[in-house]
Amino acid sequence: MATTVKHPQGSPAIVKLEGVTKRFPGIVANDRVDLEIHPGEVHVLLGENGAGKSTLIGMLSGLQQPDGGRILIDGAEVAIRSPSHALSLGIGTVFQHNMLVPTLTVAQNLALGGRWWESPKISELADRVAQIAQPLGIDINLDARVSELSLGEQQQVEIVRALLRDSRLLILDEATSMLTPKGIAELGALMRRLVERGLAIVFITHKLGEAADFGDRVSVLKLGRKVGEISPERLRSLDRTALVDEIVAMMFGREAGDDAVSIPPRAANDDALLEVRDLHVSPTGDAPGLDAISFTIGHGEILGIAGIDGNGQKQLAEALAGQRAAERGSVVLAGQTLDGLDVGGRRQKGLRYLTDDRLGEGTVGSFPVSINYFLKQVGEPPLWRSGVEQRGEIGKRAEELNRQYDVRTPSIATPIGRLSGGNIQKVLIARELAEGARAVIFNKPTYGLDLANTLATRQRIRDIASQGLAVLLISTDLEELLSMCHRIAVISQGRLVGTVPNGEGAAERVGRLMIGLAA
Amino acid sequence: MRATTLDASAGQTLRQDIGRRMAITVGPILVSLVLAGCVLLAVGVNPVAYYGFVIERGLLSPLGLQQTLTRMAPLLFIAAGLIVAFRAGMWNLGGDGQFLLGAVTAAASAPLLVQVLPGWLALLTAFLMATIVATVWSLVPALLRAYQGVNEIITTLMMSFLGVSLANVLVKLVFLDPGTTVPQTRTLPVADRLPRLFDTTITSGLVFGLVAIVAVHLVMTRTAFGLKLRTVGANPRAAVHAGLSVPLLTVAVFAISAALIGMGGAIDIIGVQGNVRADWNPAYGMAVIPVVFLARMNGFAAIGFVFLLSVLSIGGESAARRLGVPQTFTLVLVSIVLITLAVAEYLDHRYQQARRA
Repeated sequence: MATTVKHPQGSPAIVKLEGVTKRFPGIVANDRVDLEIHPGEVHVLLGENGAGKSTLIGMLSGLQQPDGGRILIDGAEVAIRSPSHALSLGIGTVFQHNMLVPTLTVAQNLALGGRWWESPKISELADRVAQIAQPLGIDINLDARVSELSLGEQQQVEIVRALLRDSRLLILDEATSMLTPKGIAELGALMRRLVERGLAIVFITHKLGEAADFGDRVSVLKLGRKVGEISPERLRSLDRTALVDEIVAMMFGREAGDDAVSIPPRAANDDALLEVRDLHVSPTGDAPGLDAISFTIGHGEILGIAGIDGNGQKQLAEALAGQRAAERGSVVLAGQTLDGLDVGGRRQKGLRYLTDDRLGEGTVGSFPVSINYFLKQVGEPPLWRSGVEQRGEIGKRAEELNRQYDVRTPSIATPIGRLSGGNIQKVLIARELAEGARAVIFNKPTYGLDLANTLATRQRIRDIASQGLAVLLISTDLEELLSMCHRIAVISQGRLVGTVPNGEGAAERVGRLMIGLAA
Repeated sequence: MRATTLDASAGQTLRQDIGRRMAITVGPILVSLVLAGCVLLAVGVNPVAYYGFVIERGLLSPLGLQQTLTRMAPLLFIAAGLIVAFRAGMWNLGGDGQFLLGAVTAAASAPLLVQVLPGWLALLTAFLMATIVATVWSLVPALLRAYQGVNEIITTLMMSFLGVSLANVLVKLVFLDPGTTVPQTRTLPVADRLPRLFDTTITSGLVFGLVAIVAVHLVMTRTAFGLKLRTVGANPRAAVHAGLSVPLLTVAVFAISAALIGMGGAIDIIGVQGNVRADWNPAYGMAVIPVVFLARMNGFAAIGFVFLLSVLSIGGESAARRLGVPQTFTLVLVSIVLITLAVAEYLDHRYQQARRA
């Protein structure tokens, strides 16, 4: 517990972020984020994958430049140009993935980055390392090869390396992700000793418990926006359970500007439209598998899939769409089985999949908007006749869709990669709703969109359900699911661990299922 | 100068755009000529004399121009084959092996076939056999890339070494002409070769080459099949997402690419060379790669650049004999052009970014 330490109260912030914004093509990664980092504090940055944590430290460590806002260091505005510039400003970063050379010894690694015309002065280095490491209780064997060290030890080496460069601010990015529980506890103790010596630490994590255990101040990021901060005073006044509750409320709670709950009325025809039975997908090297997934969705029903990111959501969507081979199980749409059909066949039958990866797989960025509208219909008449592109017809249809879906683009010939995320999303929605759609899978449909486009997209999904289509809405934003779903299923490690009808108390029950507690 | 709004002056911006394109294409070529001239000076050759000679022999003299146009025939087929592959994002660097195997197949079959078949049918058969052999040769890298994800740059290069050697072995051991002491295949009589155009020495293979590259350009830009290939090239994951069979398309790309290059080999034999001598390897495949890049994989632009390469190579061959500059200097010149173009592109990109910021 991080509550008894005396802080240098009111000490001015070392680093201050004011309204920092960073955009990537199609995505707002950080949206007007304010942050203050004080010496003597462990400042926890908490957020799910994709919340914008990595981008934020990317800007602090000089890897990226903000598109808007200011970064103040000791009260003066500074543009952090490069990682070495960040180091010279006293900002040291220990990245999630190890940045040591495994074939070199610890001493050689620590000496890297010195002037190239001098041979490293190892004995001098040893003295300095001893000076730094001893009071911190770190034991470092300078002659050991890095590949022989445990991950925890390697991390200590990286921390010492940052301190060797006289860092005043130490950024630890997902530092616990590869550590054992004991290693995590040791890291916590080490951070405590570091802040006692007046250092500032920014500790990035997506684990609630660590934030509660190690933090002096907690900032919560959600979809690029900072949604809350718990100050040291407030943090000290809460016990651990109350603290976790408060953080959960911030991470999954309602934001100002969120639209009101509006669940579209169910269609009169209440039969099951999409039926999935006992779907199994084997895990691959980098992706979890699916285990006995079964559900049905009726006409006009929206079934939400909630869960922490990376629990098989994408695999589920891909298996349904035919992009990923299922080991067994069946998918039935409107009485017709889709098993054995490929992506095109399933699309033909009316099953549509709106991917969450708009630029990576949804579109071809260098192709014009018009072609991207019809990327899944290439070769089909009347847009292609005998395999030959009908430019007039394609242009006409694309213009129509532009109007119908309110896509703002300079022209239909503009490469789609130049459009904003919201407009790209509209193109994708138009593509999936092309004639014959019966069931639509939405994977994180509002990820990275600004508020106006988020609300518009949500309304579009409600409209689709009102037309009697079955909707599977995969989202990591619980509030989004609560605002429109009829039922919400929770996925965890490739299994559906429970289904909750939307309504009174649903938020609590889904939230508890998501963090692994029984509903 | 570009403080114009998007819709009001689209035409003007477009014109500026084309102007800029021209400037960053022509400028670097001039710079390269100067740089290459410095290289010539360093080896003690007057660059003005060299360039004058190359232009005189490759472009201005009637005979030279005819040789240049004849040289274009195989090069156009190779360019067509490379455009298919590169646009689909597959780096077929095995052109030399595919070309030579096609050439040897044509040289081995055509002289025998003309004895039993009508002339045109014999040439067509030899042409198709060469195409098939080259296609089959590309299957190994194609299948490895399609189903195992093995990098095709390595495999096509390796297969190219093997192909060149195999072609040589075939000439020396299997298809050796018993009538001569020089190791070479039987010779297709001049009368049986592809007709020449009008009263010149230009081979009609040039026409086939032009047809091939224009057809490839239209297929790649105007048809559903071409769009599918370009989708695989520009974003393979989007291709999977859109339901395209990427492995199948990959094999198709290699087959078409190698087939076109093999056709280039055949056209060179049945139109120009008549036989394959042992150890003959003009390495056209490698020479055409930079040309295709200069043309930005556009078929029509490639015709222009292939013409330029032919002028340089025919003129360069003459200059080699006269001025003692090695023939490979042509390649030095082409590479300098490529590097300066890349630098120009980079600088232009930086300039655009700086102006936008």
